Amino acid sequence: MEASEKMTGQSRRSFVKRTVAGAAVASIAPGVVLHDVAQASRDPGEAVTNEIRWGMLIDANKCADGCTDCVTACHKENGVHQLGRPATDAQWIRKVHLRDKQTGKEYGVPVMCQHCEHPPCVDVCPTGSSFKRADGIVLVDKHICIGCRYCMMACPYKARSFIHEDVNDQAAHAPRGKGTVESCTFCVHKVDAGEGTTACVEACQHDALIFGDLNDPDSRISRELTKYPSRQLRADLHLNQGVRYRNI
Amino acid sequence: MKTILTQLLLVGLMFVVGGTVAGDRISLPKYPQPVGERCVEPTDIMRREHMNFIIHQRDETVYRGIRGITARHSLKDCIDCHTGYDDQGKALPINAKGQFCESCHSYTAVSIDCFDCHRTTPGEVNRMRQFTAMPK
Repeated sequence: MEASEKMTGQSRRSFVKRTVAGAAVASIAPGVVLHDVAQASRDPGEAVTNEIRWGMLIDANKCADGCTDCVTACHKENGVHQLGRPATDAQWIRKVHLRDKQTGKEYGVPVMCQHCEHPPCVDVCPTGSSFKRADGIVLVDKHICIGCRYCMMACPYKARSFIHEDVNDQAAHAPRGKGTVESCTFCVHKVDAGEGTTACVEACQHDALIFGDLNDPDSRISRELTKYPSRQLRADLHLNQGVRYRNI
Repeated sequence: MKTILTQLLLVGLMFVVGGTVAGDRISLPKYPQPVGERCVEPTDIMRREHMNFIIHQRDETVYRGIRGITARHSLKDCIDCHTGYDDQGKALPINAKGQFCESCHSYTAVSIDCFDCHRTTPGEVNRMRQFTAMPK
């Protein structure tokens, strides 16, 4: 109970900030609306709030054939070492190839944790380890994960991996160990450091990935989303994912 | 004189922590000297309370995203200061024999779970260093 209040409640500081911003809007001439400047970064020490919702837009047209830069960068950034055992190696992000049977057109897009607003992995978790942060990032608290893998079965996107073997040489910011489940964190350590980007987005040379705040109408991702149509994978499940796709 | 008294007091505390009085049979833990001017808390408090500090900090970090300067009791910062190095300057795992965490935990016969998942040496990039200032 306390944890959920912590996650959804806004800090006094951000409340004051918003109130002040509201007062500023009121003093502008009628009809002119000022949006609060994008608060992509917060002060270190201030808890995440639901003022921001992180999301990603992936453009299948721009995603190049055979390119797996995002996958490589993600796994390097987060210390996800591949052991040459595809059946059990962890995948935080993978390139999924699609083929149109009618036309033969082939294309591929990266798929990772879709950071749902209503994540099924959180619904099924028996320990409360799988959770959604106030800013929309879905994570695993590995301290209390018992490795039951219900979340892996619940996830419609096959986004989560189980760690089958002892792990060494982890990234300092991404602890991971045998017997727990893990998935894409939207590079939460970079987001919390105010970088406002992820390793896969930084690595993409084709501008196929855009990361940003879905709540901020002036962020690049929000502007792109209003410009052209985009889709959520399995939108029929009404999970309202943070990751959206274009041209699939 | 005051320093000697303090040292005596600290040695006394080690006995309390270790739960033994046979100081001559079981040698006190030896570990590499940490870098930095001072720890985030006084040594006697850290000896007794470090597990409470880090278990509280972990929830603040995981759920509320508190990292950097206000993540005062970050395990990552413990490792950054308390890691020992070999002759070639290579970092030794902090849970290796004779290193900071292992030496005391072995002395007090308490196992450590942290390093099943957490990195045991300072990371190549310490992203939050930019926010980290010396504790007051």
